Amino acid sequence: MFMAVFVLKRFGEFLPVLFMIITITFFLVRLAPGGPFDSEKRVSLEAQRSLEAHYGIDRPLYQQYTEYLTGVIRLDFGPSFRKPSRTVREWILLRLPVSLELGAYGLAFALAVGLCAGILAALKPNSWLDYSAMTIAMIGICVPAFVLGPLLVLIFALWTDWLPVAGWATPMHKILPAVTLGAGYSAYIARMTRGGMLEALSQDFIRTARAKGLREARVVLRHGLRAGIQPVIAFLGPAAAGLLTGSFVVETIFQVPGLGREFVESAFNRDYTMINGAVLVYAVLVMGLNLVSDIMLGWLDPRIRAR
Amino acid sequence: MRCVRVACVVVFFMMIYFPILLGCSSGRKIPANVLQVGNGAEVQELDPHVVSGVTEHRVLTSLFEGLTDCDAATLEPVPAVADSWEVSEDKLLYTFHLRKDARWSNGDRVTAQDFAYSWKRILSPALGSEYAYLLYCLKNARLFNEGYLRDFSEVGVRVLDEFTLEAALEHPTPYFLSMHNHYAWFPVHQATIEKFGKIDERGTQWTRTGNLVGNGPFILTDWRPNEIISVRRNPHYWDGTAVRLDGIDYYPIDNQQTEERSFRAGMLHITSTIPLHRVEVYRREHPEALNLHPYYGSYFYRLNITRPPFDNPLVRKAFALAVDRNELTEHVLTGNEQAAPSLVPPDAGYKSDYQVMFDVVKAQKLLAEAGYPDGKGLPPVEILYNTSEAHRTIAEAIQRMWREYLNVDVRLLNQDWKVYLSSLNNLDYTIARSSWIGDVADPMNFLECFQTGVGNNRTGWSSLRYDTFIESAYAEADIEKRIALLQQAEEILLEEAPIIPIYFYTWKFLKAPEVKGLTPNLLGYMRWKDLYLVGE
Repeated sequence: MFMAVFVLKRFGEFLPVLFMIITITFFLVRLAPGGPFDSEKRVSLEAQRSLEAHYGIDRPLYQQYTEYLTGVIRLDFGPSFRKPSRTVREWILLRLPVSLELGAYGLAFALAVGLCAGILAALKPNSWLDYSAMTIAMIGICVPAFVLGPLLVLIFALWTDWLPVAGWATPMHKILPAVTLGAGYSAYIARMTRGGMLEALSQDFIRTARAKGLREARVVLRHGLRAGIQPVIAFLGPAAAGLLTGSFVVETIFQVPGLGREFVESAFNRDYTMINGAVLVYAVLVMGLNLVSDIMLGWLDPRIRAR
Repeated sequence: MRCVRVACVVVFFMMIYFPILLGCSSGRKIPANVLQVGNGAEVQELDPHVVSGVTEHRVLTSLFEGLTDCDAATLEPVPAVADSWEVSEDKLLYTFHLRKDARWSNGDRVTAQDFAYSWKRILSPALGSEYAYLLYCLKNARLFNEGYLRDFSEVGVRVLDEFTLEAALEHPTPYFLSMHNHYAWFPVHQATIEKFGKIDERGTQWTRTGNLVGNGPFILTDWRPNEIISVRRNPHYWDGTAVRLDGIDYYPIDNQQTEERSFRAGMLHITSTIPLHRVEVYRREHPEALNLHPYYGSYFYRLNITRPPFDNPLVRKAFALAVDRNELTEHVLTGNEQAAPSLVPPDAGYKSDYQVMFDVVKAQKLLAEAGYPDGKGLPPVEILYNTSEAHRTIAEAIQRMWREYLNVDVRLLNQDWKVYLSSLNNLDYTIARSSWIGDVADPMNFLECFQTGVGNNRTGWSSLRYDTFIESAYAEADIEKRIALLQQAEEILLEEAPIIPIYFYTWKFLKAPEVKGLTPNLLGYMRWKDLYLVGE
């Protein structure tokens, strides 16, 4: 019951924020200098006018805005100005799944590596295992994707020819982008898991569990991890959102046909409808994932539920 | 305790090394006899009358064919859909005889009506085509495109019969026949266009895989945006026996580094460009792959003559003379670029008479004459460029030259592409980096930009004498007299210096040794049916 109220309340905050985001983006992109049809070779005035009429940007701003809003309600974001062969909705449906897939692989990699490294380090604090795991994590945090990506390509594609350089056609193509995307996050997760686990393992309930004569594996994985993982869960929402929305660099390095590239390109091209559509999708994703992470926290931690 | 640790260690190292565990071969097999081409940015569209870029040109020339084509070596017109043509005495009337075996990819005949329909389509104002201006040499085409004329029958194109087309020109245009390999002149299939929308409607679905009907050597078989565009042999193509490739795969790789790595890994046969810093490496290690050829493009700076100090022609000239172009091409640019003493590249049967050379003494003298001895009293000037590593490097070098030779405070301003265009269009700049790539191999294509009131002028400069020379050159049917007129026009342009020429472009790309039949030319035109692969 409490959970349902909590979810509903959060959902209620959702819509006004979304509305604000749509509105601000709509006006902001139109305030930026340069229009979608400015090009190096200038078109005739008549052609420019008919283009503007075709896409409706010759009408007063408020009228465009209300039309856009009614469109959004019907999930119709209009045609892409720059790439007219498809509508914005089609572009999003085409490109978003790729970004989601990449983000999911990246997150899976980050979690698997980060959790293992963190637990290992916490089990034997200040040992060589701890130091090496945390050093690798520190490096992972410091090395940006645009360095790590080409480095991995150099080693695993150009020197050894084990993996393809770029593209998204086969499962083999997806390994390097996923690793590059997840690496930085795995490092954060490792450090958080270590911290969380160290704190959890020194708690009374762990001593109780041990005193009950439970097997160490059960103590660590069931009782320790459940408490120690909480900072990671709290981080997971923003991390997942970051992975999904921050994949632009990785998509560029590996030629992944995802939404991140489309979004950045559309901003450069002043493709108004495409920018608005992409911002909307990202806003929903970020808010949705944060909501999920809040709910999970409540589910995992009886203290939060009780509050 | 122990088993937890062992499990964690195993999973940890598995994840770290899972590329190795999974990796044994690097993915996709390249189909035999299919050319793999790196194609820069994703195409905007595959509609020849809507697009405006080079990447689109590469794809569209495989899918469509105009009345004539160009010989890749000489850029002279050769028969394509038209197998012969006659030109009237005054060079104003062209009669094309279309070959009877030219077919659309669905088997329909390519007729004269198809061309008339297509030219009407690109000239329709509602379509908003950026390249409609290439057809302005047709009689009344400009008036129709600008909306002053509603009746297309007054435009200079007439269908005499199913296979005969007549084109009446506004003025003699020596390059008229060489233009038809540009997509602006390509025919589109009327029934297909109208199945998906109106004649002047953009963004309909006719360009999708399965819908697109073309008349070129290849047909579209796959188009996955930002991934790949595949074309394969067109069984209905009239010159099918001459086509040696089974197909072409275009990869839209906009990141130059990614493209170069893909080439190194053997994924691509031809790239669209080379990252600046890799040129030296290839020159040293793989000179056979490196291709650097003269290109019909010019890199120059625009000066805003409506703003002081460049409202003074003496100041403009002083700035133009104080650029050491040879130092730039030798030490800053690495791809065999040539120093530019003029706007128009010295090719295609034309060379400027007047040359802007590096001359510090004269530059300082002119500056003194203008009232700024030793640069004293000159306000700070600002070089505007659009975001790019190369533009910044060049601007920094020129900034140093002007500071050193003219003692002027030069600042740099970087803007993103659209903001930059808007600054240029509104004359909201002092000095702006610019370039022009010839659409056709003719000096007029460069010089007509600087006529009074032309949209591409963007300097505020206007000269009646210049306009007169350009107009006379339009009307002149004699090739040599026309060249002389254009030279006189360019002399005025360089003398009054609303622009400062800097260097001429090179066409830079990487090509695998197994690709044969590619002839370099000024326009960077790849004639796909000439290309073939050996040793595969």
